[in-house]
Amino acid sequence: MTQNVITAKVPLEQRRKMIEFDRVHKYYGDYHALRGITATIREGEFFSLLGPSGCGKTTLLRTIAGFEDISSGSVLIDGKHMEDVPPNKRPTNMVFQSYAIFPHLSVGQNVGFGLRRDPRSEAEKAKAVEEALEMVGLKGYGARAAHALSGGQRQRVALARALILKPKVLLLDEPLSALDKKIREQMQIELIKLQREVGITFVLVTHDQEEALVMSDRIAVMFEGEIAQLADPETLYRRPASRRVADFIGVMNFLPAKVLGEGNGHVQLEVAGLGQVDVTDEQASAKPQGGEPAVGFRPETLTILYEGQTAQDRESPGVIDEVVYYGDMTYYDVKLDGVETPVRISMRNVFGRPVLDVGTQTRVAWSPGALVLFR
Amino acid sequence: MSASPIRRWARSEAASGWFMVSPTLIYAMLLLAAPLATIFAYSFFKDGYLVVIHEFTTQNYIDAWSDPIFRTILFRSVLVSALVTLVTVLLAFPIAYFISFVVPASNKSRWLFLITIPFWTSYLIRVFQWKVILNFNGVINSTLQGLGIIDSPLQMLNSIGAIAITLAHAYAPFAILPIFVSLEKIDRSLLEAGQDLGESKLMTFWRVTLPLAMPGVIGAVMIVFIPTIGDYVTPELIGGGKLPMVANMIQKDMLKIDNKPLGAAVAVSAMFVVAAVSLLFLFLNRRFLKVGK
Amino acid sequence: MKFSGLRAYAFLYLVFLYAPIALLPVFAFNDGTVIAFPLKGFTLKWFAQLFENETLAGALTNSLIVAFSTSVLATTLGIFAARSATRYNYPGKAGAMGLIMLPLVLPEIIVAVSLLVVLLAAGVPLSILTVILGHVLVATPYAIAVLNAAFSSLDRSLEEAAYDLGETKWSTFRLIILPLVTPGIISSALMAFTISLDEFIIAFFLAGEQTTLPTYIYSQLRFPKQIPMIMALGTVLVVCSVMLLATAEYFRRRGIAKTGAKDTGGFL
Repeated sequence: MTQNVITAKVPLEQRRKMIEFDRVHKYYGDYHALRGITATIREGEFFSLLGPSGCGKTTLLRTIAGFEDISSGSVLIDGKHMEDVPPNKRPTNMVFQSYAIFPHLSVGQNVGFGLRRDPRSEAEKAKAVEEALEMVGLKGYGARAAHALSGGQRQRVALARALILKPKVLLLDEPLSALDKKIREQMQIELIKLQREVGITFVLVTHDQEEALVMSDRIAVMFEGEIAQLADPETLYRRPASRRVADFIGVMNFLPAKVLGEGNGHVQLEVAGLGQVDVTDEQASAKPQGGEPAVGFRPETLTILYEGQTAQDRESPGVIDEVVYYGDMTYYDVKLDGVETPVRISMRNVFGRPVLDVGTQTRVAWSPGALVLFR
Repeated sequence: MSASPIRRWARSEAASGWFMVSPTLIYAMLLLAAPLATIFAYSFFKDGYLVVIHEFTTQNYIDAWSDPIFRTILFRSVLVSALVTLVTVLLAFPIAYFISFVVPASNKSRWLFLITIPFWTSYLIRVFQWKVILNFNGVINSTLQGLGIIDSPLQMLNSIGAIAITLAHAYAPFAILPIFVSLEKIDRSLLEAGQDLGESKLMTFWRVTLPLAMPGVIGAVMIVFIPTIGDYVTPELIGGGKLPMVANMIQKDMLKIDNKPLGAAVAVSAMFVVAAVSLLFLFLNRRFLKVGK
Repeated sequence: MKFSGLRAYAFLYLVFLYAPIALLPVFAFNDGTVIAFPLKGFTLKWFAQLFENETLAGALTNSLIVAFSTSVLATTLGIFAARSATRYNYPGKAGAMGLIMLPLVLPEIIVAVSLLVVLLAAGVPLSILTVILGHVLVATPYAIAVLNAAFSSLDRSLEEAAYDLGETKWSTFRLIILPLVTPGIISSALMAFTISLDEFIIAFFLAGEQTTLPTYIYSQLRFPKQIPMIMALGTVLVVCSVMLLATAEYFRRRGIAKTGAKDTGGFL
């Protein structure tokens, strides 16, 4: 597949601003659905809105499409104010969660639906439909009845129907949630490739953190109508801005910590089970979040040391409390000395290395650089 | 930079909804709400023989309610309606239960279709057919006499029982459908749970099925009771005009005697009695309706 | 069989439901003026009388005009109300819909009398036009009930998708919603037609000097001599309405199949 010029060459921060939210609020009666959203989405970006149900992500997506009016603030698409522009006049198209395939039309009529007002000749339009179907891997399906398609095929028709209009922004509302796991994973890869090829800005709504991590250039994590963190997938995973974000994305262990002192770009901590640790300011969450300070770390940043192995950095003693075997991985819950709540450690299973039993006294290797401080 | 409030309202859901419903709503306002309000107003006007005098009075109500004939007719109407409702709902419940629980899913709509067909054939002729069946020389009498079971024909017409059975027949589908719907909504695993917890079939029916079906039963009662009290045809044809009900009285006051204020007062009184009886019934069954929601 | 008692009851109930109708053809083909057993012999003369009857033809024409107009108007008004009820939420919706659906639970005599009073006071002459006004009022709630089912089985994102793909609200309605609810519209129209054709009280009060089929039948029921002909008429009407209903049911099912929804049973 050919890579689009924009997605291939130009770094994100140098690209044109495609969508700009400025202090967007949305009320439904007394319910405050969006609470001051400010964010910028760039041209050719694959952007995800991630959050639990009811967090406002779909509402935000629908303000881009024009299906929801905003109560205050502004939404700009490609530099133009959109408040008075109805959905049919916006340079956006949407792939709906239910796909919204018109059941009384054929596949080809569905894909060509948006071309009705296009001045091109019927032959050219038919060619465009054929190309769009080919792009989504449904070449030759044009004459079929739409209601006879499988879930995955419906999704492709919905994609072709939206992309044939060459929108500036493609909006995807949980497009993969109705598919089963295998097809979903396959479609994730196909969507990424397609996006790179056409170079259109994609905005995806999902509640599936794995999907967001796999597909996106950047992700906005939303809770209760606010963006809790906007970052690229790696930053989001490694340096979550709050305990809540950390909890929502993957598994994060937390241990209570006490701040002993700070200065020179470092914070000195006394962490339960780990002892005294120095972390850098970058590892600490920016603003205080209330509650007791704690350090967090991902299960894969810890390693259980077998006999004869030594830690490269630091190590702490503990007892294995629970073992969950996954085939390629084993999850151990380990009670570090002096801590009641076990921490989860994920270990890749290596041929010839036995899975340890519950109750085994063990040593855990870790590194201060992998910690995140929440305070 | 945001849309002007008026444009924004014009695009809002509320505006679209009102706009969409307005043709139908305006029609109902002009031809239903306004006439009902007029009837209500008329009932407080004076009758000046063929004209209506626009002067407030409660005399129409006093006249109506002090008239023993009116009280008898109203009482008879309520009695007949109550009887019809009781008979109709009692007869309908087992059928609704049968279709919902015994008939296989693929045949259900066929059964419902079968039950609604008679309902869509001429009401007048259906009512009249009961006269044919119950008449002095009608189907039942001639059959029984032919078989030598009775010597002289039975007098069945012109009775409240005859009126009741005719109306029970006419309103059968109205009673079956709501009960069927509420029975269909019952989660079948609840019944299994009931039996699993050691209840007998009968007790499960009594303690689980029936309370859950009550919203449908109540709906059936309302939908049968309210229109039957205003039935005009059956008392005329089956009651032989000798057992008039309230609709016949309204018709007489309005058209034959042409005392519109009195007719209006009778109509309004009848509506209030219907509403009062209905509300009382709903109030007595309020706990079932809460469960239903 | 396990439920044999219930099954036997269901059978008896059907006998009860169908007995009056089953008797219609029995007496319609019976060569005797008295409606009683034993039967006299086979004849077609009542049907011949039926087709020669000019007053009846006039009443039938009136009824067909009324029923057709009612059907069109009630379905049109029903589309507006059902669309509004299934698609939008707005304050006052319950009240508005309550008023529109009120004729369902209002004794027809009340509707008839109150309309009569207003029409007379307004100086409107009574004719089949005034009957149409009343019939639309009582048929609309039934039309709405049928159409509500058709509209609510529509996925809302279908119209959003069309809107999103560049269509206006009106062209979306024309291109997407209308084709998908057409079966519902047809069955609503048939239902309104049937209701109007059979309605007696309102026609009785509002038709003035003119007759419709039911008011004609009612006037003939007083004359024993005319009864066999009425039996023949009833037989014809039963056959017609069964055909009409079967058509309505066919379209309702096709509508369900088209939108891929599940069949939830009859005219609910």
